[in-house]
Amino acid sequence: MTVTEDYIDASGGDWDDVIEKAQATSAERLVVNMGPQHPSTHGVLRLILTLDGETCTEARVAIGYLHTGIEKNMEYRTWTQGTTFVTRMDYLTPLFNETAYCLAVEKLLGITERVPERASVIRVMMMELNRMASHFVAMATFGMELGATTVMTNGFREREMILDIFELVTGLRMNHAYVRPGGVAQDLPPGAVGQVRELLKEMPKRIQIMRKLLDENPVYLARTKDVAYLNLPGCMALGVTGPLLRASGLAFDLRKSKPYCGYEGYEFDVPVSDGGDVYARYRVRIAEMEESLKIIEQCLDKLGPGPVMIQDAKIGWPAKLALGPDGLGNSPDHIAHIMSSSMEALIHHFKLVTEGFRVPAGQAYAAVESAKGELGCYAVSDGGTRPHRVHFRDPSFTHLQAVAAMCEGGTVADVIAAVASIDPVMGGVDR
Amino acid sequence: MGLEEKLPSGIALTTVEQVVGLARKSSMWPATFGLACCAIEMMAVGGPHYDLARFGMEKFGATPRQADLMVVAGRVSQKMAPVLRQIYDQMPEPKWVIAMGVCASSGGMFNNYAIVQGVDHIVPVDIYLPGCPPRPEMFLDAVLKLHDKVQNTKLGAHRELEITEIEERMLRRSLPVVTRD
Amino acid sequence: MSEKERNEEAAELPEKQGRERLAAPVKRTGMFGGSTGGDTSGFGGLQVRGSAPANSPRPYTDPDDPRTADFDRVADDLEAALGEDAGAVERVEVALGELTFHVRREALLELARVLRDDPALRYELCTGVTGVHFPDDTGRELRAVYHFRSISHNSEIRVVTTCPDADPHVPSIVSVYPTNDWHEREAWDFFGIVFDGHPALTRIQMPDDWRGHPQRKDYPLGGIPVEYRGATVPPPDERRSYT
Repeated sequence: MTVTEDYIDASGGDWDDVIEKAQATSAERLVVNMGPQHPSTHGVLRLILTLDGETCTEARVAIGYLHTGIEKNMEYRTWTQGTTFVTRMDYLTPLFNETAYCLAVEKLLGITERVPERASVIRVMMMELNRMASHFVAMATFGMELGATTVMTNGFREREMILDIFELVTGLRMNHAYVRPGGVAQDLPPGAVGQVRELLKEMPKRIQIMRKLLDENPVYLARTKDVAYLNLPGCMALGVTGPLLRASGLAFDLRKSKPYCGYEGYEFDVPVSDGGDVYARYRVRIAEMEESLKIIEQCLDKLGPGPVMIQDAKIGWPAKLALGPDGLGNSPDHIAHIMSSSMEALIHHFKLVTEGFRVPAGQAYAAVESAKGELGCYAVSDGGTRPHRVHFRDPSFTHLQAVAAMCEGGTVADVIAAVASIDPVMGGVDR
Repeated sequence: MGLEEKLPSGIALTTVEQVVGLARKSSMWPATFGLACCAIEMMAVGGPHYDLARFGMEKFGATPRQADLMVVAGRVSQKMAPVLRQIYDQMPEPKWVIAMGVCASSGGMFNNYAIVQGVDHIVPVDIYLPGCPPRPEMFLDAVLKLHDKVQNTKLGAHRELEITEIEERMLRRSLPVVTRD
Repeated sequence: MSEKERNEEAAELPEKQGRERLAAPVKRTGMFGGSTGGDTSGFGGLQVRGSAPANSPRPYTDPDDPRTADFDRVADDLEAALGEDAGAVERVEVALGELTFHVRREALLELARVLRDDPALRYELCTGVTGVHFPDDTGRELRAVYHFRSISHNSEIRVVTTCPDADPHVPSIVSVYPTNDWHEREAWDFFGIVFDGHPALTRIQMPDDWRGHPQRKDYPLGGIPVEYRGATVPPPDERRSYT
């Protein structure tokens, strides 16, 4: 603990010492360390706040407490194995990470056009479901961090419905590795479409419950209205995209401006608000969920029969998966084929699974509109079977830089609201 | 049989250890130590669908000083390791640790420069919970196993004896560690 | 194609594939038990040394590829906006529907300003910078890669600048694009690229006292000991034998 002329550092040590020193000086400013283990910082985020009474005069953000080295680790695995890693970056938007990565790899391979229609539709459907799940968690954690437990329990309850679909389709609740270069890992299982239809029927009611709880709630309004304001020039300078940018009045959405996965064929609106505050961000998010429902409905209509993996034996995964008594695994038919009837198929399977496919040398950038903003994947290949470098431009990472712009001059309680409204996921920030 | 036969109804006999164990396990206060993906599943366990409150554990302590269980939910980076240990040191005795997920248990798929290869290098671990991330049901199972362990923990001289016994058993075990020249 | 031709072609296929494979400058580092630093996948990997297209000729717009529709316009506008500084752009690369400008590092800051301010260009959004390490590309080992996005013109470009390992300096563009603050700190942290003019170039992801820049190619993947209060746990690849 240090005391200088004009501030008291309370970022560690014994509170008794801090109080004693504070009484001995006339300094009013207090430096408080918040995090990286703090229930209100949205994960392992560390905030260093300079307080003048209740007012936050300086907010600094320290990150890196969840740095996982995923980008480097991917250089030691095949291109296909990469999906297993990227899905664990921003763990609340796994399907967006996978899709961004696969779009970049497909661009490098030059097979963007040859990805089957059905695979693209499934990707869009899964991404939109994921968008809703992520927004529900955003609202739930916002509630939890501000002490509104009902919001939290409601948010997690609705999210479970979506996770049930994810589990049915991909086999996992999180960290799916479902989207693969060339398509998706496997076709929708029987019953999936029905379950999505159930969700489409039920979800509008659930969103309505959320709206009833929050839209006009005086306590919620008091905590969110005119809090953590960020205007459009601020957003542009700080590279802010996604719901935060749309809450500041610009209808910029990559699904509209640079469509991918066939988004140009879907009818949906881009919700915009010009409030620029925490409440506007909430309104944009909840309106986006309603738009997602529209897109999912159109997906079900578009879902025609066909393959879900590129018809190119040099790239497409050789094995089909099948559900056995002990869970999901290689299909018995495929095992029978490679083990007893075709030596070439066995060699091919072995080579593709262990060595992987070669990707022509070059570089590609693919961006998707994730639930949080522009999620970009920059992939560099040296012509081998593994990436030379993969970098993710994660929206949360960029958005956290805006904390200082949003919080300085406000009260310390609003810092929590500001961080929660950004909805950063430290897995994506630190990678 | 014995004394039990002669007791009036409404009275049961047990040991002090069992009573203390029952008290300890029935109201565990976990410290929120969500790190990564597993933290979301941990929150889902706290949510209405899985409802951790059934086991008296819904009170996630905001401060480690009022917690007796640390759930290390996620990958521990080299930068987070000292923080994690400091929080563990701040928790009052007795305290328990669940390493939730493969990353916390062994480093998992992230065998690289950034991740501590198992949180047991930093703090003692009571329960290793595999999975990436473990399902909420698995987490509940780990919690119940830990409750069982807490329930049957011995006290005082018995505990010391137990520790010595375990230590001797571990020393006799052949370790897979090899030295490189 | 008749059946006979198909059969002939099929018969030649293995030979043809073999020839192609021998011709490719493949670097194999062994099958299982690869010895590259800290790799625990068990497979050594395969690298094909090939050079990417160096310099694309005009016109940049390919009428058959809608993705390239505005490339000629962007290149012309940039040339006009740079004026006599047009030599700053060393070469232009058009590949995979993406437009890349390779720029001399001295001119990067001015270029960024032009990209943002020129009304014909208006790249309002910079989506950050990342480093890429090419240890074999002598004299230009480190690359700083920037992506710019124009919302006004709905356009996307990439700017690449290089610096040698011996002199890893690139000007910072934080003064033009404040969003690059953390991105440049990350590139410094992972690759050791020094961004001159950055307001506070410190480590961001790794601990402050970390040694080395972990995402460079000469840095091992694993094998870092755990240190806590003086006690050390050996790195994972030295702890137990996998054989």
